[in-house]
Amino acid sequence: MGGGHHHRLFRHGDTAVHRLPPQCKLVAVAAFAVVVVATPREAFWAFAVHAALLAAVAAAARVPAGFVLRRMAVEVPFVLFAVALPVIGLGERVQVLGLSLSVAGLWAAWNILAKATLGVVASILLAATTEPRMLLLGAQRLRLPSLLVQIAMFMLRYMDVILDEARRMRVARESRGFAARDLRQAPVLARSAGALFIRSYERGERVHLAMLSRGYTGEMPVIHDLRATARDWRTAAVLPAAALAAAALSWSLL
Amino acid sequence: MTPDPAPPSLRVSELAYAYPDGTQALFGVDLSIARGERVALLGPNGAGKTTLVMHLNGILTAGHGTVEVAGLPVRRDTLAEIRRRVGLVFQDPDDQLFMPTVREDVAFGPANLGLRGEELDRRVRAALDRVGLPDVIDRPPHHLSFGQRRRVAVATVLAMEPEILVLDEPSSNLDPAARRELAEILRSLDVTVLMVTHDLPYALELCDRSLVLSGGVIAADGPTRDILSDADLLAAHRLELPFGFSVPAGRS
Repeated sequence: MGGGHHHRLFRHGDTAVHRLPPQCKLVAVAAFAVVVVATPREAFWAFAVHAALLAAVAAAARVPAGFVLRRMAVEVPFVLFAVALPVIGLGERVQVLGLSLSVAGLWAAWNILAKATLGVVASILLAATTEPRMLLLGAQRLRLPSLLVQIAMFMLRYMDVILDEARRMRVARESRGFAARDLRQAPVLARSAGALFIRSYERGERVHLAMLSRGYTGEMPVIHDLRATARDWRTAAVLPAAALAAAALSWSLL
Repeated sequence: MTPDPAPPSLRVSELAYAYPDGTQALFGVDLSIARGERVALLGPNGAGKTTLVMHLNGILTAGHGTVEVAGLPVRRDTLAEIRRRVGLVFQDPDDQLFMPTVREDVAFGPANLGLRGEELDRRVRAALDRVGLPDVIDRPPHHLSFGQRRRVAVATVLAMEPEILVLDEPSSNLDPAARRELAEILRSLDVTVLMVTHDLPYALELCDRSLVLSGGVIAADGPTRDILSDADLLAAHRLELPFGFSVPAGRS
């Protein structure tokens, strides 16, 4: 058993992208997202360049398109919002396939869709090539607020434990003839959720005691040697730098 | 008999404690455990066992009385050293194993003591060897069996090279094989052990001496065999041997 890698976002591999230290990848993705957001929406070709860059990263990391597409479902709420914009938008209108749509709304929708999609794909690639706990170690290395990193670390560790508790509570409910058919059963579920919260809270207190017992003083000890070389940083910089070049060109062409 | 020059691993004198809401849990506990001893702390639920354990490494601080670990009193300014010397193994290993992998979890304690690199790695491997689980080092804790998790929990504490190992209900939820494996490991360790339990056969199997904590005081202190053979004493403190169990004659 290799054990432990059942996170649906992570995809095993041993490519240059997988091997990059997590802090380099985190910075690269954040910088890429900033550049994408800063790209003017009229520069269609620049967005094509951004997309081609991500495709190149995916190819280098051997992440198939289908893998990325399936995980893009998180974007659906944005898509729904974006689709609504041209319909409810004000101002000048155009006829598209017999529908009267707002020009400003169309631009806004395109802007949201293109930028969100690029950001989501970049994040999916990051998650596909970096184990969740390595991401957190990278965040710790980047000196992100230590409390937030620790909270995320515990979430990662205790997600399965808490889901297991929730499952046991469901089995206990159903063994006594409970079935959630409609809204009238909501109070029971709400009480279950409350009980689950209290159990998790109490577990948190016990975990804190266990940590204190082993000398915890508020900081997680850094025991991993996650040093990144100048070369790692240069490799990671390729993505945001190339995107920046395209964005800069599109600004100068405005 | 020549007196032992080393101070006892644990000395508790006149320890009393009331919770902030006024509930008095301990009414003057006196006990002493010599270095290398394995002692069982028996008592019914609500006797104050957990409250006493919380005092041993300074999570709760004494309302009255003192706790000394190998001669060092538990005080605010000695907490760091006390917590190195007292290894607490909690009842639910999921509370104890909070890091993403076994390696990081076992390393947590010694890393807090300032160990890094080779020395840290050596400690982690040695601790896992002592509980017979060197192969799980890179596994996440939630992929281990319950028995393995309890053993890793023991390793997380052993990695700090404690003076005394304090186990809270070590046999709870273990199947018979895991229970026996844990007993073998505990027997093989050369540290002082205080085992808090109401599993009387397990106490008899592992500890020559037992203390009975009842109503917030030590009600009995003596050889485990004698205590478990005293039906009136057990009954007076809500302790019961399991059905069909009788203390075997002679030494086991």
